[in-house]
Amino acid sequence: MKTPLAAAIAAAAMFGTTAVIAEEPKSGGTIDTIIQPEPPGLVLGMIQNAPTRTVAGNIYEGLLRYTTELEPQPQLAESWDVSDDGRTWTFHLREGVTWHDGEPFTAEDVVFSADVFHRELNPSARAVLQHIESIEAVDEHTVEFTLSEPFGPFLISFEAGTFTMVPKHIYEGTDFRDNEANNHPIGTGPFKFDNWDRGTVIQLVKNEDYYEEGLPYLDGINWHIIPDGASRAVAYENGTMDVLPYGTVENFDIPRLTEMDNTCVTEAGHEYFSPFAMLWMNNREGPTADKRFRQAVMYAMDREFARDVLWNGLGNVPLSAFGSNARFQNDDLEPYDHDPERARELLDEMGYDDEEVRLLPLPYGETWTRWAEAVQQNLREVGINVTTEATDVGGWNQRLGDWDYDMAFTYLYQYGDPALGISRTYLSSNIERGSPWNNVEGYENERVDELFNEAATAFPDEEREALYREVQEILHEDVPVGWLLELGFPTIYRCDVKDLVTSGVGVNDGFKDAWLDR
Amino acid sequence: MLYARLITMRLFKAVIVLFMIVIFNFCLIQLAPGDPAAILAGEAGATDEEFLRQLRERFGLDQPVYVQLWRYISGIATLDFGYSYRQQVPVLDLIMARMPATLLLTGTAFVLSLALGIVAGAMAAARVKKPSGSLIMALALVFYATPLFWVALMAVVLFSVTLGWLPAYGMYTVGAGHTGLALALDVGKHLVLPATTLALFFMAIYTRMTRASMLEASQQDYVKTARAKGLAPRVIQRRHILRNALLPIITLAGLQAGQMVGGAILTETVFAWPGIGRLMYEALQQRDYNLLLGIFFFSAALVIVFNIITDLVYRLADPRIKEGS
Repeated sequence: MKTPLAAAIAAAAMFGTTAVIAEEPKSGGTIDTIIQPEPPGLVLGMIQNAPTRTVAGNIYEGLLRYTTELEPQPQLAESWDVSDDGRTWTFHLREGVTWHDGEPFTAEDVVFSADVFHRELNPSARAVLQHIESIEAVDEHTVEFTLSEPFGPFLISFEAGTFTMVPKHIYEGTDFRDNEANNHPIGTGPFKFDNWDRGTVIQLVKNEDYYEEGLPYLDGINWHIIPDGASRAVAYENGTMDVLPYGTVENFDIPRLTEMDNTCVTEAGHEYFSPFAMLWMNNREGPTADKRFRQAVMYAMDREFARDVLWNGLGNVPLSAFGSNARFQNDDLEPYDHDPERARELLDEMGYDDEEVRLLPLPYGETWTRWAEAVQQNLREVGINVTTEATDVGGWNQRLGDWDYDMAFTYLYQYGDPALGISRTYLSSNIERGSPWNNVEGYENERVDELFNEAATAFPDEEREALYREVQEILHEDVPVGWLLELGFPTIYRCDVKDLVTSGVGVNDGFKDAWLDR
Repeated sequence: MLYARLITMRLFKAVIVLFMIVIFNFCLIQLAPGDPAAILAGEAGATDEEFLRQLRERFGLDQPVYVQLWRYISGIATLDFGYSYRQQVPVLDLIMARMPATLLLTGTAFVLSLALGIVAGAMAAARVKKPSGSLIMALALVFYATPLFWVALMAVVLFSVTLGWLPAYGMYTVGAGHTGLALALDVGKHLVLPATTLALFFMAIYTRMTRASMLEASQQDYVKTARAKGLAPRVIQRRHILRNALLPIITLAGLQAGQMVGGAILTETVFAWPGIGRLMYEALQQRDYNLLLGIFFFSAALVIVFNIITDLVYRLADPRIKEGS
């Protein structure tokens, strides 16, 4: 079943592809939008949380950009080539690029950013850097990365949020975290930092010296900070806001807002992250340690219902551990359909004795609370004794980090490649107390470890595909975690804001191409 | 000078109380579940051991608790409240940046509620057993019993969405570039809804209390004497009844004033007012303990200061109160 909103998005997507008879973009105008929650800082590379990425993705850039199909596109690098053994990658940088303070951007900045800055500060970049042997500036506009062995997701790691380019002339030799310049971020992007009135607004202005001719079209962006969800909805309703990015209004407000005049909505711009909602199930102890119990949970849940009712029909019910945007998905697997009868059989077979199971909802707002209630009801219908235990964000982090749960909601980004976003959930080397983002469920399977590790460094892609297909079969059978939903996060905007989402991380770097038809 | 001695004594006691509050708050926070480093890492969506270690070291969280406490107390002695974990800015800077907005909001609400509350209460006392007096009391009861956030939301729906008279959120119009008088007017417009919302509850309390204590005072013998002297009822109301009825109101006003720093969390959240209350709520959510402790410190200090002021005002209002009595 498609809800009206989902149908509208589908229609818009079809219309969008047929109506590319490009209108002539107009320059000028300022966009008012919302950032929620207020970011802790704007130096991307030092801070990688979602609100920082969304604002600073317009200030900073990476070497590459990605289409909504995750094809790499030139950004600061004009072109790139790879040696036959897949170990040496050469990037040719665009010439005539300057930082916002007027200094030229060169290969030295790339080496500094990757080899020094990110190696020290950035955990998601470190995951890639451990495969890199050396990074060298061949000349002012050429950089060479030498890998210790081929690394499948190498080319997809250069998105601005993961491998941000930071200015060497400002950070070299300083304590990065205490650098004065952190209050006035300097990037190469289409917009420059102007002003941050904490608790009220972050203002960016057009970079007049941007290297792409004619871009950006907008004069500036105002990111308003409004802590209350209902007030954010009002700010759109009364006409103040032009764009509501993902997560700014509660799901139950979305149908009302999208029915307004001159209002468009899109799910695009999340392909790189592809947020994947999961149900952690503690593989160590209790009923959830039994594979049959975990399978029963998959059969018991009505995931279509959750998508249609709680998520306005947006998103996609996943087949298995690899989402639909992930590369190398094995679609021959048999789906876990909603089948309470099958769930009851499995529970009988394992001799489930009514032991209590604790479920932690994700403390991210009303939708997640309701979702936990829906799952609880599903599970009770097949005879599972579930209780929900509410926490706040701090408590939730701690309990998952301490493995003090039976089942818990979460969602994780997939980062375009199984070796970046998927394997981390299942590798036994990733079991470590204290983090809610690693192998929290405690799943250990030697064959799975082998396959994931081999696949990460196999070359070329055909080799990787075979390994990943096999690993998906094992995971599909073992159900280390429950696969709930590939989330669809809508961006709501006035229809006269044009070309708002043009890339696979469009929610974060979209304003580069955007213009106002007013 | 009696006052000078009184104030010195009070300030001396205040320092001791503050010191105890600091230690108590610090211990209280140690008991709360949730590791700040893990929460920061959690927010980043990706983490490794190295990242957590760096964070703990940077904020001294790797030290034993007594070392952390000692560092914190010796820091405060030099007005160094440490760094906010999340925002990586000195706590004092954050608090000082938010203080004016909060004081403007709570100060306006304070004056508004006190002035209107006393006037309404006095009117109700003078109109006892008349419909107009009952109407005032009924309204006061409604405002007293209605949850603040609901009033706030309804005010937004009526005045911002439906009528479009007043801005729904924020402290000034972003991007308008107002300065001087235009800016003051703009801020004033933004102030109307949050300040009124915040004032309603206390206004209701002042109204009820003024009325009750004026009715009580009006039974006193000196009022009869005043009447017998042939004074005009208005003068009796103002000079004899109201003045004697003021003491409990001053007590309450002192309490309200003490809460001015941290007492507007809901209002600031609904109206996106960039004040301390919001800062505190966010700090709590993010286990930003240094920031939270800093705000606690300032709230406590303000409560103590207003207690002292309240005592002084008592003496002004009623010269019979002397030190030690």
